[in-house]
Amino acid sequence: MSVVELVGVTTRFGRLLVHDHIDLSVHKGDLLALVGGSGEGKTTLLRHIAGLSAPTTGEVKLFGERYDEGSYHVRRLRRQRFGMLFQHGALFSALTVYDNVAFPLRELGGLHEDEVHALVMSRLALVELDPHTAWQMPAQLSGGMVKRAALARALALEPELLLLDEPTAGLDPDRSAGFVRLVRNLHDSLGLTVVFVTHDVDSLLALANRVAVMADRRILACDTPEEIMCLDHAFIDTFFRSLRQRDEPITPWMH
Amino acid sequence: MLISPRIPGPEPLAPPRIDTSAAGFTLHGHWTLACMRPHLAALRRILASSSGDLAWDLSGVERLDSFGALLLWRTWGKRYPEMLILPDLLRHAFERIEHPADADSPAAGNKVSRLLARGGQGLLGFLDHLHGMVELIGQVSTELWRLPKHPREIPWLETSAAFYKTGVQALPIAALLGFLIGIVLSYLSALQLQNFGAETFLINILGFGVIRELGPVLVSILVAGRSGSAITAQLGVMRVTEEIDALAAMGVSRHQRLILPKVVALTLVMPLLVAWTSALALVGGALAAKMQLNIDLVSFFERLPSVVPVGNIGIGLGKGAVFGMTIAMIGCHYGLRVKPNTESLSANTTSSVVSSITAVIIIDAIFAVLTRTLGVPR
Ligand SMILES: Nc1ncnc2c1ncn2[C@@H]1O[C@H](COP(=O)(O)OP(=O)(O)OP(=O)(O)O)[C@@H](O)[C@H]1O
Ligand SMILES: [Mg+2]
Repeated sequence: MSVVELVGVTTRFGRLLVHDHIDLSVHKGDLLALVGGSGEGKTTLLRHIAGLSAPTTGEVKLFGERYDEGSYHVRRLRRQRFGMLFQHGALFSALTVYDNVAFPLRELGGLHEDEVHALVMSRLALVELDPHTAWQMPAQLSGGMVKRAALARALALEPELLLLDEPTAGLDPDRSAGFVRLVRNLHDSLGLTVVFVTHDVDSLLALANRVAVMADRRILACDTPEEIMCLDHAFIDTFFRSLRQRDEPITPWMH
Repeated sequence: MLISPRIPGPEPLAPPRIDTSAAGFTLHGHWTLACMRPHLAALRRILASSSGDLAWDLSGVERLDSFGALLLWRTWGKRYPEMLILPDLLRHAFERIEHPADADSPAAGNKVSRLLARGGQGLLGFLDHLHGMVELIGQVSTELWRLPKHPREIPWLETSAAFYKTGVQALPIAALLGFLIGIVLSYLSALQLQNFGAETFLINILGFGVIRELGPVLVSILVAGRSGSAITAQLGVMRVTEEIDALAAMGVSRHQRLILPKVVALTLVMPLLVAWTSALALVGGALAAKMQLNIDLVSFFERLPSVVPVGNIGIGLGKGAVFGMTIAMIGCHYGLRVKPNTESLSANTTSSVVSSITAVIIIDAIFAVLTRTLGVPR
């Protein structure tokens, strides 16, 4: 069954055509990487999926339903079933990191404050943030810490679907590997579905079981990483080039 | 047995279930936050009456997230029960919450020390404001001194933009305000003066009141709400988004490019706004006088110069300039104090408007004392 279903999605901003009849379906348990050049419309596509914006034409279905389907209550329940990591974090600047992560938990209601505390601290530990960071304001964090705090917030409800916009951008290689381990772990134990945008070949290969390549306003291909790497296309070539060259000895350019 | 309400999506998820027997507990279904939420209270009740000493069978659990694990972990007294059937896959969830990293919120201290701290912070905050204001005045003066020697750096464009936004765009609302206040003031005064048969003094009252006092203060309140808040919000957002730092990194002085244009523009534009608003207030007043007391429009404006000395116009316009400068400076001061979060932005915008209106009224009182002998008919 499809968690996310895009049919004929076309998006225009004024005269700019961003998506041209995109079809894509994400199945339960998929770890789908969305790759494509900068400005190709990956963030916009994630926003469509989350129901934050609507395509000009075409249909977006989340858990089998359109984002505006059902009563207020049903729509709200549907929104609690996915977590989203924004490209620039989008932490609430007036709240501490702790309150940011606790926010979705408190919104859900019914949890005791000490349970919220335990869950927040466990989420922060998951993303390898120091417990003391919890009391800092987002403006006091480094770029990578903002990313991890935002990831902790997206994970707060351990939702069925995670939409991650460049989760590893700004993280050091160690933390990227940690992120990959974390998502794998969650995927195995909770059967998460993850759609993530990335420019990082390493985390893509370590995590994704499917890759969707966006180029020329369409989804060029959506397949396993191995199949994608065999395709002949300029973007795919350059995207994976660093990997191919890694087998060859590295020659310093200064002699 | 618990029945789950429909969770959106075509695929119904098995609700969390707990079967109790003499030997122990058997768990089934989805032990996740989303699935447990509708019957959390019932689950808590059941779990509260169970204990970690009996056997626990979790092999029927389809999914367990860390909230489910947390509930069970606390039921068990933060350790695994002796008799536990736990599939490996579910163990992850417990691992995530087993060893809570912890950090308490920053120490609160006792009541007296908190009170002392609050008082001290208030004082330091005031000194900080003073320091910031003096620094701002100093910086702006330095720029004013420096710029004539470097005419290429004069921010003409920014100044004229500020002039347009704070002045030209305020003309309609200022006109409406002045006109209506003039009518009301004239009408009410006329009613009283009629009782004494002193109708002609209406012109004196209106002329003095509007030109000297009401015009400048009214316009200041309008401009403080309109432009003072806009200045603070703009600079504040630029602080939040690090745009001011970006300017500084390019070697552009924020005082020269952002603050000076606003201060200069408001100082120049306020007297004009005052003149415009006062004029319309007088027109409104004259119209009301015509209707109420049948004073002819032409004779109203002919008599005006003879009963209100011309010095009053100077005082009104001068006040306008000073008020404008005050509003701009206070707006910029609060804008630069915004911390990079939305709460601080809203607090500073509020303070900016409140402080500038207060400051305008205080300065007005000082003006009244200093100019008490000027422009008064003997
Ligand atoms: N709100 C908007 N109004 C107008 N144009 C927009 C808007 N949002 C995005 N665009 C345009 O749509 C295109 C796709 O933007 P999008 O943010 O989805 O790119 P992206 O693939 O996420 O890029 P990157 O990898 O750099 O983050 C861009 O050309 C952008 O200029
Ligand atoms: Mg993007």
